[in-house]
Amino acid sequence: MSRASTCHVATKKGLFTVTRGASGWVVSRAAFLGDNCTLTMHDPRSGDLIAALYHGHFGAKLHRSRDEGVTWQEIGTPAYPPMPEGYAPKMTHNGKPIDWALKLVWALTPGGTHERGTVWCGTMPGGLFKSEDGGDSWTLDRRLWDDPQREMWMGGGADYPGIHSICVDPRDAKHIVIGISCGGAWVTRDGGATWSVGGKGMRAEYMPPDLQFDPNVQDPHLVVQCPSHPDTLWAQHHNGIFRSTDRAGSWSEITNVTPSAFGFAVAVHPRDAETAWFVPAVKDEKRYPSDGRVVVNRTRDGGKTFETLTAGLPQQHAYDLVYRHALDIDESGEVLAFGSTTGSLWVTENGGDSWQTVSSHLPPIHSVRFAGQ
Amino acid sequence: MPTIRFTDNIQRHVGCPPLAVSGSSVREALAAYFATYPRAYGYVLDEQGRLREHMAIFVNGGQLRDRVGLTDVVEEDGVIDVIQALSGGEQ
Repeated sequence: MSRASTCHVATKKGLFTVTRGASGWVVSRAAFLGDNCTLTMHDPRSGDLIAALYHGHFGAKLHRSRDEGVTWQEIGTPAYPPMPEGYAPKMTHNGKPIDWALKLVWALTPGGTHERGTVWCGTMPGGLFKSEDGGDSWTLDRRLWDDPQREMWMGGGADYPGIHSICVDPRDAKHIVIGISCGGAWVTRDGGATWSVGGKGMRAEYMPPDLQFDPNVQDPHLVVQCPSHPDTLWAQHHNGIFRSTDRAGSWSEITNVTPSAFGFAVAVHPRDAETAWFVPAVKDEKRYPSDGRVVVNRTRDGGKTFETLTAGLPQQHAYDLVYRHALDIDESGEVLAFGSTTGSLWVTENGGDSWQTVSSHLPPIHSVRFAGQ
Repeated sequence: MPTIRFTDNIQRHVGCPPLAVSGSSVREALAAYFATYPRAYGYVLDEQGRLREHMAIFVNGGQLRDRVGLTDVVEEDGVIDVIQALSGGEQ
């Protein structure tokens, strides 16, 4: 497996391309400077790069580059259909109706290897969209959207619920697991025609006692799937770390994680389902690194034990929070990168044993994605 | 015919030159405008046809009253200004 040499860093003030040169990783290009770039997706089938922008006034938009980020063109924006006549959307817990209007693009994932042009898009307020033309046009998955249980989803740290994770099974592209804050992990086995709640075993300490194990109220911050062992998925949940070995049907909580089991990001090794990385933070309304030390937790035994990795990371008065899409791993499993709300970006080329600082002066980082992923 | 003008800030995303359009309400006038400049629609209105939460419209200097139905009347020589609200920048 080749090592990644290009990484796209989506920030509050633009999209930055970071490349591996002879002397290490450097910021080599900026795009959309001044605009809030919230997410990117590199399509390994076509080479397309898609960037999600969120213009505070003008809404969320998507742009696509077909020359590795040199030039960009705006493409279709996922749009919710008209609300049915007389339909009254359910109120969220804070009294706002769940609007049938795009609030944020929160997940972008290529379809299966042989589904060229298929891209899945997760959004706030909870709609899953599919494109079959590389993002030119989008269709809302109505079976999921019209499921009465979907209306029970809640916002997690946001006013609206949202789909932030989309895991397309490499063996069967019709088997898809999505992660929702807050709606748990849902599964389709037929490409979106039918859906079921799959978050059994997840625990939500923030809910009343009788509801703590309700799969549909869970807040997985991110769900990732091991590409070579797709039965295994990891979730960094609001409540801690969970792992499934049955394609998201049931989950086991990983406990006794220090310095904290709270966080947003998780990455799994592409060929070793037992190895995963996390970036812990003080739970849950505080959200900063424990003791002001930026660390990465790595397990190599399926969560039985963790190593706390610190080499090259700031260990004094560092208050970098790492968002859910801001940690990525390449195909080799050796190169990882993560970026923070403070605008720091770190890369490792040895699985996390040591890290190098690429920059400490970028804008707040939403997403870090290697090209080719 | 009423004239529609757009904030300069939108122009770097999508071209929105001033244009005289037919219509006796804001909705009709905007519909006529978007027939000529369809890409501008999603920058001003949401999927349900409502004015975006953090956009503002003034009709002859008066703030739009109906942000959902856009039923405000526009005179034949009226001027519609589409601008950003000061809320919602989040930048």
